[in-house]
Amino acid sequence: MTRRIVKGILIGAALLFFLVPIYWIVATSFKQWPDIFAIPPKFIFQSTMLHYKALFNLDLEEVAKFGQAGKSLFPPRFVNSIIIAGVSTLLSVTLGTFSAYAFSRFRVKGEGDLLFFILSTRMLPPIVVGIPFFVLYRTLGLIDTHVGLILIYMTFNLSFAVWLMKGFIDEIPKEFEEAAMVDGYTRWESFVKVVLPQALSGIAATAVFCLITAWNEFFFALILTSERARTAPPSIAAVQGTSGINWGQIAAGVTVFLFPVVIFTFLVRRYLARGLTFGVIKR
Amino acid sequence: MKKDTGGMYQKALAEYRLKIYFLAPTLLVLIVMNVFPLIWSLGLSFTNYSSLMSKRIAWVGFTNYSRILSDPFIWKYFQTTARFVIIAVGIEFLLGFGLALLLKEQFRGWGLVTTLILIPMMLSPVVVGLFWTFIMDANFGLLNFLLGLLGFKKILWLTNPHLALYSVAMVDIWMWTPFIMLISLTGLLAIPQSLYEAADIDMASWWFKFRKITLPLVSPLLVLAVLFRVIDAFKMFDLVFIMTGGGPGDVTETISMSLYRLAFNKFKTGESCAMAYIILILIIALSNLLIRWIHRTKTA
Repeated sequence: MTRRIVKGILIGAALLFFLVPIYWIVATSFKQWPDIFAIPPKFIFQSTMLHYKALFNLDLEEVAKFGQAGKSLFPPRFVNSIIIAGVSTLLSVTLGTFSAYAFSRFRVKGEGDLLFFILSTRMLPPIVVGIPFFVLYRTLGLIDTHVGLILIYMTFNLSFAVWLMKGFIDEIPKEFEEAAMVDGYTRWESFVKVVLPQALSGIAATAVFCLITAWNEFFFALILTSERARTAPPSIAAVQGTSGINWGQIAAGVTVFLFPVVIFTFLVRRYLARGLTFGVIKR
Repeated sequence: MKKDTGGMYQKALAEYRLKIYFLAPTLLVLIVMNVFPLIWSLGLSFTNYSSLMSKRIAWVGFTNYSRILSDPFIWKYFQTTARFVIIAVGIEFLLGFGLALLLKEQFRGWGLVTTLILIPMMLSPVVVGLFWTFIMDANFGLLNFLLGLLGFKKILWLTNPHLALYSVAMVDIWMWTPFIMLISLTGLLAIPQSLYEAADIDMASWWFKFRKITLPLVSPLLVLAVLFRVIDAFKMFDLVFIMTGGGPGDVTETISMSLYRLAFNKFKTGESCAMAYIILILIIALSNLLIRWIHRTKTA
């Protein structure tokens, strides 16, 4: 009995440790100016939507009254994040599913080596590939373009998609397609009509992981974009008010930004271990 | 008969084509987007190229490499990085594995609790770095307030040179302990209950069961999790960039941070390529360990 109580307390403490910081930033985004910096910190406060209005450039007059000059750059960058993460995910999952199927079903020469080559590209530190990309993109005029960032995120997620999808496709019995092909389907038809529907939940999980990675990415966005194609992460960090760091608006940006990630985490909770180890862990 | 083999041949050809169509795009992308830039930067690492100035590019041989390797600061940054990795991953391991042991037995709301604990590792490091900077603020931060209730004095988490690296490590620990927990938990849940039951019949102690059943069976996954973390922590950039920018002074300057500075503040592109290659070799060595281990766990 005492053991159970101690256990409960420890688990409760862990929950607090991991969740209070997130709660705190979300709460801060709804606090009025003086409350944000109140000592002692305020746990009960009157909420305001001011920081969200400022973030999305709504009700500029009211926002201006509180001394936050200038338009927020967040909305277009939020849209950029959606476009770039979405398109790059679509591409890497599509390409990844195709080659995962090939690795799973066909005899590929040097399969093991190829797969590990693919995995090793994911291990490269972003900063190491970032330098030649910067030089290359400047020559090609790809700096600060959506295409440029999409290409990088696609590549970055591709190896991951191949590995994860290979695990999922390996689990679909070959017999299904073979039966379909005996019935006169071509290989392509059986891939589309038999394998893809079976792999759907795997594809969805892979897509969610790619989406989160691209969504969260900071470094490439920082060095390869400045205005037009800049995504949300580097711009949330750069919100400076007239009087130092504008924590209210940062908190609002952070909240808006992490909300979809939390939702997606719950959607793929069954696949988290699998997704984070490139499918090495199967359950 | 003849017609039949022709059909077989046709079919084999079609399959072969499909295989090429399925594989080629991926391999092409990886070669164009990963291999090619790496070869190019290898070339640049032997030049004095700077992406800022348009002076003539000259070959300088191994000058960049010898300059990097003889720079005492770079060695210091390597040490800082190593310290960061050891502290962060070490504590993540202890806490994560401990937490997994606590969560091994399911209870009401177990699924919700474990998923909630996993949220930190899914968040963007930038976002995490930002709100921890806020929480760690010396004057109005939540952390100092809570510690104040326990009687602690004001702590300068990010501006005290003796503390800053540990503060950043603490945020890394907050973020990645859930990862170790998740992998450990997966391993723990896969251990057949019958082994413990058999040990119970022999009246085995908790410690005996832990040492002889639990540990040997989860250790392959634990090694996997730690290797993943070591490689990731070694590359650490985002948190440091957001929280301290390498400071105060250079106490939190990790190698990724100093490479960033060399390439994008000082614009010594050639030299930075050389440094990138030195880091790359280390990462390749580490990744090889990981890849071998993956191979072992997969075949086991």
